[in-house]
Amino acid sequence: MPGRIEVKALLFASYADAFGSGEMPLLLEAGSTVGDAVAAVRAKSPAAIPPCPLVALNERYAGYGDVLAQGDEVALIPPVAGG
Amino acid sequence: MRAALVTRPIDVSALITEVTDPSCGAVSVFLGTVRNVNDGKPVTGIEYKAYEAMAVREMEGALASVRERFGTSHIVMEHRLGLLGLGEVSVAIVAAHPHRHAAMDATRTAIEEIKKTVPIWKLEHYADGTREWVDPTRGAQAVEQSAPVAEVVG
Repeated sequence: MPGRIEVKALLFASYADAFGSGEMPLLLEAGSTVGDAVAAVRAKSPAAIPPCPLVALNERYAGYGDVLAQGDEVALIPPVAGG
Repeated sequence: MRAALVTRPIDVSALITEVTDPSCGAVSVFLGTVRNVNDGKPVTGIEYKAYEAMAVREMEGALASVRERFGTSHIVMEHRLGLLGLGEVSVAIVAAHPHRHAAMDATRTAIEEIKKTVPIWKLEHYADGTREWVDPTRGAQAVEQSAPVAEVVG
């Protein structure tokens, strides 16, 4: 679709449980940012995810102002607890 | 230098063999194990999940930074995923260095870094049948997060 991009949001741990799924396809305006993707995910279930979760873009920690491209993967990262 | 996620029990002896080198006079081993209580609640096991591709990338980044800081590439890290029982090893970091202080500092620095950045999560299974994702930024867990880690020196 012209003027739009498809990206994939990934959800983990408590966020995935809250949504009932670990993946969510998003259709966003071209030029959208990581922050826009987070807002689009939260719009579906605002209580499930805090306002500003950590995010990764294509497997690297990212900022909310980073601009998305077609096919990008945006991960919402709950507080990590490895070890 | 090697970092990996595994779904089988971690073979610590094999990791020690992997990093041991004639140029090194010290081998330091850090093991994280499944504890039977958290926040006052009896724990029966912990399920580990990861954003796997990113977790490996972050683990490799942490080891690269340790290699640069302490001058040793004789370091290996394995983190286990899946459901682990009490006492099982969830993470192992083994570093060899010509000298003991650097070997110990390398494993300590690596585990502290891993706990901050690697996208791995723990689902604790409690004795009462409930389960909860561990959130180190919350309550008593946040206090524990800042406490020193125990270290075993080989």
